[in-house]
Amino acid sequence: MEFVQNFPFFCILLTLITAVITSVIGRRKAIWVTTTLITVVTAMTVCVLVYVLRTGESYAYMMGHFPAPWGNEIRIGVMEALMMTVFCFVMLFSFVGGLLPSIREIESTKYNIYCILVDLLLLALQALVYTNDLFTAYVFIEINTLAAAGLAMMRQKGRNLVAGVRYMMMNLVGSSLFLFGIVILYSITGHLLMVNIRESVAALAQSGEYKIPLTIVVAMVTVGLALKSALYPFEKWLPGTYSNATPSVAAMLSSLVSKGYIFLLVKFYVRVIGFDVICSMGILDVLFILGMLGMIMGSVSAVRAKTTRLMIAYSSVAQIGYIFTAIGLRSEIGIICALWHCAAHAATKSMLFVSCAEMDDACGGTHLRKHLRGAFYHSPMLALAFSLGAINLVGVPLLSVFMTKVTLVQAAIDVGGRHMGLVLIAVAISTLLNAVYFLGTTVNLFTPTKEGDEVFKPTVRKNPFTTAGLIGLMALNIAMGLLSQPFLSALTEGLKNFA
Amino acid sequence: MHPLLINYEETAAVILFCIGFSTMLLHKNLLKKIIGMDIMDAAIFLFLASQGYIEGRVAPIVVNGVQSVEKYINPVPAGLVLTGIVVSVSVTALMLALTVRLYYRYHTLNLDEMIALAGKEEV
Repeated sequence: MEFVQNFPFFCILLTLITAVITSVIGRRKAIWVTTTLITVVTAMTVCVLVYVLRTGESYAYMMGHFPAPWGNEIRIGVMEALMMTVFCFVMLFSFVGGLLPSIREIESTKYNIYCILVDLLLLALQALVYTNDLFTAYVFIEINTLAAAGLAMMRQKGRNLVAGVRYMMMNLVGSSLFLFGIVILYSITGHLLMVNIRESVAALAQSGEYKIPLTIVVAMVTVGLALKSALYPFEKWLPGTYSNATPSVAAMLSSLVSKGYIFLLVKFYVRVIGFDVICSMGILDVLFILGMLGMIMGSVSAVRAKTTRLMIAYSSVAQIGYIFTAIGLRSEIGIICALWHCAAHAATKSMLFVSCAEMDDACGGTHLRKHLRGAFYHSPMLALAFSLGAINLVGVPLLSVFMTKVTLVQAAIDVGGRHMGLVLIAVAISTLLNAVYFLGTTVNLFTPTKEGDEVFKPTVRKNPFTTAGLIGLMALNIAMGLLSQPFLSALTEGLKNFA
Repeated sequence: MHPLLINYEETAAVILFCIGFSTMLLHKNLLKKIIGMDIMDAAIFLFLASQGYIEGRVAPIVVNGVQSVEKYINPVPAGLVLTGIVVSVSVTALMLALTVRLYYRYHTLNLDEMIALAGKEEV
């Protein structure tokens, strides 16, 4: 075994230890320790990515002294390492970029709790991406939910507390459905380790036994994770939670938490049940329809939103619709498109939330879209970052989301039939609506204010952390756009070893 | 005998889960929602515990040197139930603490009223 193969385990252990340490050290130290932790985890994940890209194979890692199924096991391949690398970079830049606004909005006595929750979020995300055991996945789903809810309520205002309760309620329903699903699956197969379940399910699918219970299991897990990742029409908790949270938290919730659940759902389909079995169940048709509805309804709500943060929050509903539409296409290229969009959306949405929050503050703090007029002239970096994210989500060529749309359409054409027509119509309507609300806001940023305009006197604060975070996120977005082909090729290779 | 009656523990678990699920989704009172959530979790634990029990066998504690697996029940579900209970208790504690906090703030336990009152507060 090579030393680098231990890194995912070291990262998980280091995150756990740091979460404990941040609870007892000083407030400022806690922030620095958490930043260092995310940086170290990012560096180690990059090393793992380089290693698995070089070998081209995935490997199982035994946690503790007992081999699976008695002990616990994680499995790392190109897919896991690639997604985790993007997630780590997004988390690092979101945390650093939204640091000062978050410090302003959070009570100083709560800094340590904020850092602990960020650590736990990173821990849960790593476990969800790497785990090879379904019950471990459930435990870390709950840790993810608790950490995310705590972060959503960090501002301690009434709106945040209520949004946190709504978030918890919907997510707990999702967790319970997921747990019941895996418990029924355990009662059918007698296993919790993903690889063993796959073998049992393949035998059951061949013999035709337990067809209805298996369908119920897949339905429960799908609905549970769809609830947690805010697929339309389960998105009611999302706008309030994202739009009222601090910039870093909104960026992390929208970019990482929901994507972790989607990655787990893909893992459940491909590695646990087997994509052939899933395709024979008809569940993907439901996801396909709900995904397309989400693409359109999310965009319609975003057009109607008055505040910028609410607009970006509703835009997430539309983007999650893209991901589920791609999964619902029943093809390998659809799955690759979904995972690519998880990464592309994570990098873009975090940049939008971080830049928008600072611009809102600079423009009077009303959060209204109309008050952002002329923001480029006093906050050029923020306006440029926002504009890059906005034009990316509209689907401008050379950027990452354009590649999502191309791959989605390509997958739909491969599938053919009604799917092709429906996807083409949904993508066209959604892109048009994206252009209306995102380009409208972007043009507003670059429009100079005139005498009599309803705008506030700008209050620009020097903020090197936000600048650094936004430069990182802009670089990540541009890199993903320019390197989309190698990224997609790596995902295609990764999918072969993922099952 | 009907399969639903033979597997009465699983049947009871599914009925309890449906009761908890509907309570959590349909009631507006936060405390009732939390009770619904706990009923759901208890239903899952009942289902899981019933999977580990095998009639005529004993708890997996080796006594008198008997090491045959045929003599003992499956201990894995019991371990999973214990883990699940820990998670469930943590979630319930957080939700109850949050409910107390919200009650002091809005003087109601009705979630719809809380949402309406919070909506009137400044951003």
